[in-house]
Amino acid sequence: MKPIRVHKLKEWFIEKSILLSGIFSVFFVMLIFLFLLREGFSLFRGESVLDFLFGKSWYPISDPPRFGILPLILGSLLVTLGAAAISVPIGIAAALYIAEIAPRRLKEILKAGIELLAAIPSVVIGFIGMITLGPWIKNLFNIPTGLTALTGSVTLAFMAMPTIVSIAEDAITAVPRQYREAATAMGATKWQTTWRIVARAARPGMLAAVMLGIGRVIGETMAVMMVTGNAAIIPRSFLQPVRTLTATIAAEMGESVQGGPHYAALFAIGIVLFVITFLINGVADLYLHRSRR
Amino acid sequence: MNPRLAQKIAFAVLLLATLLVVLPVLVILLIIVGKGASAISWDFLFSMPRDGMTAGGIFPAILGTLYLVLGAIIFAVPLGVMAAVYLVEYSSDNWLSRLVKLSIVNLAGVPSVVYGLFGLGIFVTFFGFGASILSGSLTLGIMILPVIITSAREALESVPRHFRTVSLSLGASRWQTIRHSVLPHALPGILTGMILGLGRVAGETAPILFTVAAFYLPRLPQSVFDQTMALPYHLYVISTQVPGIAENVRYGTALVLLTLVLLLNLAAILIRSRFRKKKKW
Repeated sequence: MKPIRVHKLKEWFIEKSILLSGIFSVFFVMLIFLFLLREGFSLFRGESVLDFLFGKSWYPISDPPRFGILPLILGSLLVTLGAAAISVPIGIAAALYIAEIAPRRLKEILKAGIELLAAIPSVVIGFIGMITLGPWIKNLFNIPTGLTALTGSVTLAFMAMPTIVSIAEDAITAVPRQYREAATAMGATKWQTTWRIVARAARPGMLAAVMLGIGRVIGETMAVMMVTGNAAIIPRSFLQPVRTLTATIAAEMGESVQGGPHYAALFAIGIVLFVITFLINGVADLYLHRSRR
Repeated sequence: MNPRLAQKIAFAVLLLATLLVVLPVLVILLIIVGKGASAISWDFLFSMPRDGMTAGGIFPAILGTLYLVLGAIIFAVPLGVMAAVYLVEYSSDNWLSRLVKLSIVNLAGVPSVVYGLFGLGIFVTFFGFGASILSGSLTLGIMILPVIITSAREALESVPRHFRTVSLSLGASRWQTIRHSVLPHALPGILTGMILGLGRVAGETAPILFTVAAFYLPRLPQSVFDQTMALPYHLYVISTQVPGIAENVRYGTALVLLTLVLLLNLAAILIRSRFRKKKKW
């Protein structure tokens, strides 16, 4: 009788730890938010939330310091919009080509290429962007520095591609075959079928792909810090240096005093980023579920 | 317009777009290999940096990255695989499992620099581990948890239902069924996810900025409570913070990092494709 009881006890223990591990992900999300709040909240004892979000100047080490993150928000927004304008049309087009048109062998090669791109570390892409794209843009537009919002947009567009292409491709492949057969039977060409039927049916999934790509762009840190020139001023054009939310945290945390207002302000930026990406991913997930149905 | 002609033009445009995505990848690889290969030598890979990092090798950075990868995996793989087992084998479609899935989606979307902040707040400061290999590994481990859970889930789900039914009907308990009839068949898929996670850990910079990475350390780390240099951070430092470093040293560092990450990815792809061929159910 005894071995069985020991056995049951062991199993009970294993099953409970499995349940616990499942719940850990929920726990981690809450923990991340909690610790961002814990370290960042002290900023709002001396500073109103509105001044923080919409203040026009970010001078964290002047006296008195100014913690307005509007220039950083606009910097992130500008770089993100530019990246989306480049990567969404190209990414969706590439997804259509890979899913519907490419012959099988070519398709495998192209998909491997996209996976390769996803695997390149962001610091390597930033390094290449800084050394090759930067000087190129500087000469092309004849401007004093090549490290601009545009350079950031192009680099990030490239980094968003794997996300956009692979998720959009999944959505396109998931469109039922009968749709294509029906369109072909009605005399539509392959392109007419692809564009008017398949692309339309895959729309929710494509939207999710775009949103997740944008989420990736907003959160990207190293590459963007290396190629955008890091000037925390309100941007007026694509051809001037900007500073994003993420780059600000990465660049300034090392020089801030732990527990001081600058330190808290950087964590408060972390809260803003966390909330933005939380919303984007939540909504994208809803669309993905809709497209699966 | 003639629909045949329209089709030809449209396909050409789509092909062009696809090439715009894929060709730059080749260009990047060619540039890095072309300009970095001349820096690679035994001395570069296996000696300490000298003269303010302008001479000598990058050994401490390579070793540091290996430590971080190992640490993150030790922490994330058991937790991630068990979470996947929970989702696939134990949970029914109730609010709790939906909450868990939503959390995984969100963990995957949290920006890497926010993980860095979190690691700084909890491991470095709150638990008092300081900037150390332990803090860095735990931070990176939480970051790759979604990768590991998602691939382990797919691997478990691809094991056919009737494997479980047969095992249960022979009198095996639920855990015995999972342990002996499900997990062994899901192992290659789990391994694939694990290696992809490794590649991600090896290349990430933002999460280690404030939790472990050292600018320049003249000696190798002695324990998990020491700081360490790491390859991606080293590349960032020598390409933006330190002037006067030879170009081929920068490209060489990028080449070493890229080779490490791509080898890990290649291993994952090979395991996956062998597994797919072998699977006959």
